[in-house]
Amino acid sequence: MAPLLTMTGIKKHFGGVPALRDASLEIEPGEVHALIGQNGAGKSTLIKILTGLYRRDEGEVEFAGAPSHLSSPRGAQSAGIATIYQELNLVPLRSVSENVVMGQEPKSFGFMINWPEAHRRTREILSRFGIEIDVTAPLGSYSTAIQQLVAIARAVSMDAKLVIMDEPTSSLDSSEVEILFGVVRELKSSGVSVLYVSHFLDELFQICDRVTIMRDGKTVGCREIADTTKLDLIAAMLGRNADEIEAEGLTELAGGSAAFDEVVLDVDHVATGPRLSEFSMSLHRGEIVGLGGLLGSGRTEAARSIFGLDPLTSGTLRLNGREFKPAEPSEAIRARIAFLTEDRKAEGIVPDMSVRENLTLALLPSLRRNGQIDREREKELVSEFIRKLGIKTSHMDQPIRELSGGNQQKVLLARWLATKPDILILDEPTRGVDVGAKREIQAIIRTFVDEGHAVILISSEFEELVEGANRIVVMHEGKSVSELTNPGITENALVRALAHHEDATP
Amino acid sequence: MLDQNAFDMRKYISRNPQSVAVWIALFVLIVFGLLRYDNFGSAYNITSFLNYNAMFIAISVGMCFVILTGGIDLSVGSVAAFTSVVAAYLSPYGIEVAMPLAILSGVGFGLFNAVCIVFGRIPPFIATLATMLGAKGGSLVISGAQTIAVDWGSNFTHLGMEKAMGIVPWTIVLVGILIIGLWIVLEMTSLGRTILAVGGGEDASVMMGLKVNRAKIFAYALSGGCAGLAGVFLASGFGAGQPLEGVGWELSAIASVVVGGTLLTGGLGSIPATVAGALLLGLVFNILNFENGKGWISFSAYWQMVIRGAFLFAVILFQTRVMYRRPNVEFAK
Repeated sequence: MAPLLTMTGIKKHFGGVPALRDASLEIEPGEVHALIGQNGAGKSTLIKILTGLYRRDEGEVEFAGAPSHLSSPRGAQSAGIATIYQELNLVPLRSVSENVVMGQEPKSFGFMINWPEAHRRTREILSRFGIEIDVTAPLGSYSTAIQQLVAIARAVSMDAKLVIMDEPTSSLDSSEVEILFGVVRELKSSGVSVLYVSHFLDELFQICDRVTIMRDGKTVGCREIADTTKLDLIAAMLGRNADEIEAEGLTELAGGSAAFDEVVLDVDHVATGPRLSEFSMSLHRGEIVGLGGLLGSGRTEAARSIFGLDPLTSGTLRLNGREFKPAEPSEAIRARIAFLTEDRKAEGIVPDMSVRENLTLALLPSLRRNGQIDREREKELVSEFIRKLGIKTSHMDQPIRELSGGNQQKVLLARWLATKPDILILDEPTRGVDVGAKREIQAIIRTFVDEGHAVILISSEFEELVEGANRIVVMHEGKSVSELTNPGITENALVRALAHHEDATP
Repeated sequence: MLDQNAFDMRKYISRNPQSVAVWIALFVLIVFGLLRYDNFGSAYNITSFLNYNAMFIAISVGMCFVILTGGIDLSVGSVAAFTSVVAAYLSPYGIEVAMPLAILSGVGFGLFNAVCIVFGRIPPFIATLATMLGAKGGSLVISGAQTIAVDWGSNFTHLGMEKAMGIVPWTIVLVGILIIGLWIVLEMTSLGRTILAVGGGEDASVMMGLKVNRAKIFAYALSGGCAGLAGVFLASGFGAGQPLEGVGWELSAIASVVVGGTLLTGGLGSIPATVAGALLLGLVFNILNFENGKGWISFSAYWQMVIRGAFLFAVILFQTRVMYRRPNVEFAK
């Protein structure tokens, strides 16, 4: 049978930066096809090209036996490609029926929407999925899982030949996942193809037929699920050799943190919700502890729990031996904890403010004298940090948006360091930063712990973790599952630890 | 399962709790007026009240469409003033020429707004503010800052005075048709549903492959057209094109829409409730006039405005604090 979709040699640049270098994808009719890859591998770009949101620079796309241009979401939809996005792209204020039939409403007299027919059609599709709900109620009044199934129902009502599911299970609980899998099988049996994007590898083995692996904007492999293993997939995603990892064998991961004896933070079976269900670790003075894990393993949630962003549902935190229950970040900050978030643009910098203003934002209360900001002290402090961290700016009043990513990150780091924290949590501190600035940031972090402080380091780059951390706590599905200590910290050991736990779950 | 399409009062209230306040307030004011003033329920008061408020209803329903898309149209007052002048100039050619062309000139302003917003990517607030100033200047230029008398010999003046079948003034008939037409468009056509979807989530609507731009262009053009119609009513009602009128009308229209329970962010709202909102605002004045007529106390026009503002505030407070709870709509993050 001819494939339903063939994409070959797809290239896409954004302002000179390549997002896709040579991507390809082939999907058979009635196949459930997985697409996997690390963050930034190009999965979403490829999907957006497929759904007509982006235009490809180069490459061929053939869909249902004909060359396809895919120039708009509307065009892709009428060609038979439907997408269920991670952030649901429906309208929560409007009714379930409306969300299903919008764009192809049944009409009477040629212009009036036939609502009884719309409701009937919606109910019929949902009942095929085993769902009986009031379709006239606002979509937003139902759970995320139902909303997701409504999105799929919409795809079905549009006669989609290919349904793309982008991380469909990331916000579902296990019983909801089962319902979703039932719907996927139902689609498959009616001849609809599904492109299934997920970082939960276990799921792929349950419902997918084949898997395409992407890395650095390229398609690096396509396998039959039946012929592959999780270790194989992880190795391919990370660009490593599975045999080599296997061959290195199980060097004992033992060791100790003898050099560090003073515990500053003790995390004991902390949970905040489905995405962080059991997190334990300890942090010593002078130590950098890395949190390792694949996307969605709960690393960021772990950091959020310590910083008072998500309330604990169980477990305890102890700070310097005393119980610590931060209800909001300001309490964590007062306890001398700082958190440099992953999302520099949204949660970090104020682009139009100057380097000086950005740097001292968190410090304003302490800089106040007689109700005014003490300008002299502010300037002193800012120039001290600019010097110490080697921030490259023409002047301290230069708008921060004019700085490079690395220097923006240094300003943010300085903002937190200026609050004199004891514990610094860094979430992807060097993402999107050039190599030179990366080294400098890592050196700043090292200096900070050498002064007797402690750091929790989250990074998707194994190299950074392995080189920077004294210990690595491995996370998997919201749990801390194992720990690597020196001298057992190697990249291969980390990959194996991840694969092991991928394998350990049924 | 019961027929889910039959009108169910309980369901209406639970789905549109924010629209309930306006109906209650309107009902209370009408009962109050009927009990307190003898001529409140007279045919004369009702028709003259509706006749006068027809223009405000027209711009309010147009505004409602724009707000439902998540936008705003500040130009409606100036555009109505402009089209009243256009209508007055064209009145010698008769109503059948003057009215369509005046409305069309309103649509022109609306289309200009739409082009700026949809293709120029200018925020609606700014684009329509500019049009507001432009239309204001334009109406002063073409009229020489004078009121322009309509041609009393033509049938143009019949609009506000003659009655359809001898009962209902034509103004009211026209605005009634407008209301019903737009109600159907919003509730029953894909264009109306697209407008609601755009206001409820523009990105999502694009993803769903809906014709987002077309919906927005329609909303602004409609609002301009409604302002044009209001201008026609203005000219016929006062017998002259009024280049200086229309100040603050956009705010009254926004108030009517919001009192009617339409979300200012778009996506949720109703045409009948907007009409109720416009009637409510007009009724406050009407009742104050009756009160002045009783001779007990006398409110100046300025105090009437203060009282209307206070009343508006009370209704909104009631709407948001008492009636308007929306915990059953959770947004997927």
